[in-house]
Amino acid sequence: MLDKTDPLSPSRSFQGLILALQNFWASRGCVILQPYDMEMGAGTFHPATTLRALGPKPWNVAYVQPSRRPKDGRYGENPNRLQHYYQYQVILKPSPPNLQDLYLQSLAAIGIDAKVHDIRFAEDDWESPTLGAWGLGWECWCDGMEVSQFTYFQQVAGFECAPVSGELTYGLERLAMYVQGVENVYDLNFNGLEGDRRVTYGDVFLQAEKEYSKHNFEVADTAMLFEQFKMAESACKKYLDAGWKDGKQEEHLMALPAYDQCIKASHAFNLLDSRGVISVTERQSYILRVRELAKACGAAWLKTEGGRA
Amino acid sequence: MPDLLLELFSEEIPARMQRQAAENLKKLVTDALVNGGLVYEGAKAFVTPRRLALSIHGLPAKQPDLKEEKKGPRVGAPDGAIQGFLKAAGLQSISEAKVQNDKKGDFYIAITEKKGRATQEVIAELIPSIVRSFPWPKSMRWGSGNLIWVRPLHSIICTFGPETEEPEVVRFDIGGVQSGNTTLGHRVMSSGEITVKRLEDYARKLEAARVVLDADRRKEIILADAKNIALAQGLELVEDEALLEEVAGLVEWPVVLVGEFEKEFLDIPSEVIRATIRINQKCFVLRDPKSGKLANKFILVSNLEATDGGEAIKAGNARVIRARLSDAKFFWDTDRKTKLEARLPKFEQITFHEKLGTQAARIERIAKLAKELAPVVKADPAKAEKAARLAKADLLTEVVGEFPEVQGLMGKYYALAEGIDADVATASEEHYKPQGPTDRVPSAPVSVAVALADKLDTLAGFWAINEKPTGSKDPYALRRAALGVIRIVLDNKLRLPLLGGAFRKALAALPAMPDPKNVKDAPSISPEEDLLGFFGDRLKVYLRDAGARHDLVDAVFALEGQDDLVLIVRRVEALGKFLDTEDGKNLLAGYKRAANILSIEEKKDKTTYAGEPDALKLTAPEEKALAAAIKTAESEIEAALKSEDFGAAMRAMAKLRAPVDGFFDKVIVNADDKAVRENRLKLLNRIREATRHVADFSRIEG
Repeated sequence: MLDKTDPLSPSRSFQGLILALQNFWASRGCVILQPYDMEMGAGTFHPATTLRALGPKPWNVAYVQPSRRPKDGRYGENPNRLQHYYQYQVILKPSPPNLQDLYLQSLAAIGIDAKVHDIRFAEDDWESPTLGAWGLGWECWCDGMEVSQFTYFQQVAGFECAPVSGELTYGLERLAMYVQGVENVYDLNFNGLEGDRRVTYGDVFLQAEKEYSKHNFEVADTAMLFEQFKMAESACKKYLDAGWKDGKQEEHLMALPAYDQCIKASHAFNLLDSRGVISVTERQSYILRVRELAKACGAAWLKTEGGRA
Repeated sequence: MPDLLLELFSEEIPARMQRQAAENLKKLVTDALVNGGLVYEGAKAFVTPRRLALSIHGLPAKQPDLKEEKKGPRVGAPDGAIQGFLKAAGLQSISEAKVQNDKKGDFYIAITEKKGRATQEVIAELIPSIVRSFPWPKSMRWGSGNLIWVRPLHSIICTFGPETEEPEVVRFDIGGVQSGNTTLGHRVMSSGEITVKRLEDYARKLEAARVVLDADRRKEIILADAKNIALAQGLELVEDEALLEEVAGLVEWPVVLVGEFEKEFLDIPSEVIRATIRINQKCFVLRDPKSGKLANKFILVSNLEATDGGEAIKAGNARVIRARLSDAKFFWDTDRKTKLEARLPKFEQITFHEKLGTQAARIERIAKLAKELAPVVKADPAKAEKAARLAKADLLTEVVGEFPEVQGLMGKYYALAEGIDADVATASEEHYKPQGPTDRVPSAPVSVAVALADKLDTLAGFWAINEKPTGSKDPYALRRAALGVIRIVLDNKLRLPLLGGAFRKALAALPAMPDPKNVKDAPSISPEEDLLGFFGDRLKVYLRDAGARHDLVDAVFALEGQDDLVLIVRRVEALGKFLDTEDGKNLLAGYKRAANILSIEEKKDKTTYAGEPDALKLTAPEEKALAAAIKTAESEIEAALKSEDFGAAMRAMAKLRAPVDGFFDKVIVNADDKAVRENRLKLLNRIREATRHVADFSRIEG
């Protein structure tokens, strides 16, 4: 049983929730990674997902990934929307037959008992045009609220996934709000303490949400961002070209640094998009350009020692 | 006779795919069995979120034996031919073949008897191949396997055996999943495997393990419980069949609960509340039976008898609904801060169709057309134009962005909130109507003008670029648009010539079109004529559904220049009534007789008997009478048609009956005198011509 008086109980603190998930998935044999040190829109962009989902090698990993969605900023005024939030990402490759059960156990580990709460798997097909990826699965509902995405990857970077990875993505703030019974994300108890020692999500992030919303919508330097996009794009291609061992397209030595540039290009695009300087028609072409990079990185990764059979 | 039980147990199947999958499973398995000579007595398919099941009752234990004859070469044929025959027929030596003879002499024949296989063997073969190629709209792989299914497939039950005995498991393996006789019950409210025999105990044991196998029963339970709970609250369920069907596909064990939200949210338009709760939360709304207004309560269907009696589930759902309604309220409040007019420039950046320009251009066209059509529908042209210009503006609002199904309606609310004229505001909602065969047809003149303009522009546009509906494909809902125009015109009795009026105006407003010669597969006739043909077909379907005879529609359509829907329908009605009378029936018979004689004689003589008969050569009193009657009738018919009095036209035509009958009674058409014969044939032709003022009688059946 979970001790509800413990500050680190998942229903008392945001960090307790994260720790409970970390412990749960560590005990199920996952490698617990730390967040990738780059700006990205979702945990799926982490090379531990995008690249490791490719190729035949088994891979079980879990990590928190700060996710930046510049357009979702609301200057700290919306109780549910953030331009920076945390995803908890789990990749199990190959997807085990009991993945749904494992997921339900993980919910139990954070205090959501399936005998009290109505957990449902509602159809939701996942697609990331920028990553050339798609999969089938569900959004997982707890008492009518979407708390996770559950996806069986079919294709990533344009390549068929064989074996198939199972991906679980938990929206941590939303889950925490539910288990803490809080209506406003900024009211979340972050550290589980009370009185003077209590630290809320707002204490940690409200200032940042205000500042970044202004930045994302009003000030971010678009000339620089256009330039950054181009530079990242060309660097990505350059590293991919330079990475072939002995100039032969048989073994690649630099898929990861090239992929970093793909992540950079994607984030620059997201910022340009939130600044409203990309037209509807251009939008599609930018997405395609990032996808081409992702595909080329995926192809290179499959030729690395780490990525191939 | 033995029964078959099949269950394919998987992770959650999308609700929208369940019905079709059950039907497909039944059809594929029963077809394959029948093809293999295995005829059954009955079959029923079932589906829950986690399982597809099929029970087939009364199968034979084995296939019938089959005798196969294979014809071989002639006796004495070269050895190569003989050897080839033996190999093909599976014989060891030619002595195993029989000899038969036909007109050309003796030949070999191989008679092989194919023993029917045990049904179980056949099933073991056909199920795996059906599973592997099952027509899911979308399917996937999982783990390290290659099997494809809608979601990971976990287990298969396949049992076969007579009712009175223990059935056997039909053994097979599909991508590592082995068939057996066990399954699982409800994910949370049951534990352990269930071992089953056949449908009866399968359904019973599932029920005990908290699974209602039959989707229709789940629907009944949900509906009955929802109504009862509503009643207990002094409220009434707002029924929603599509939602009910979907929700029944989301639960194995429906538990109906009622939740509540703050009364303040009832300020939001009820359609928006309903859409929010329905689409995002899959919950039903309730209303006050006295006022008909929405209540601040909702019905949710959970999949669990929760240990706390459902309190957490209710609270959780209410919490989400509250958040959703706050969003909706925010959208509703924000939307009203921007005037509809002010949203219009944005349409310049939105493409309607790459060949048909932007939304802004389309709105301009509709506005112009609505203004031009206004006098026909007795609308104020300025209002019609303004209404058309604003009718699509709500597409750019937050509420419609979130809930497309309230488009038009929101436009009306926003327009009214701005203080815009009620006729103009109402057109926003009504110009989309009628949406389907049961939807209301607009009658307010401004709405009618915009509705017609909108639909005609769509039709003209897609006809001009030759993207017409084909077979079951109608991505732009052009059939619905044409039917909409027909219903609006007929219900409002609008005198709107289509060809030269409505169609030409709509086509002329389009952006410059490529020369039809350069358009792939372009029809040889003009777009407006082609479109009129399309309307003719739609009208036929519509009138047939309304009980009219399609041949009468054809008979009227075959006349030149019929493009006034109201007149066409009135003419068809008058014609139908006329043909129901004795006079009508007899005249039709007389017409057919005349036409028959004419076609035979014209064919024989290789000529056509057109032109006026020579009055001097009319000899018999009956033919004189007929000639005179035709003249009178024709002038009466013409006068009647001029005043659009089809009843009078029919009555004038009825007067032909007696002279026509008299003529055929007494007069021999094929007279010996050539000139008399020719004259009489010309007289027959005059009957044909006279009736043609009213309809093409050759198209009338009977």
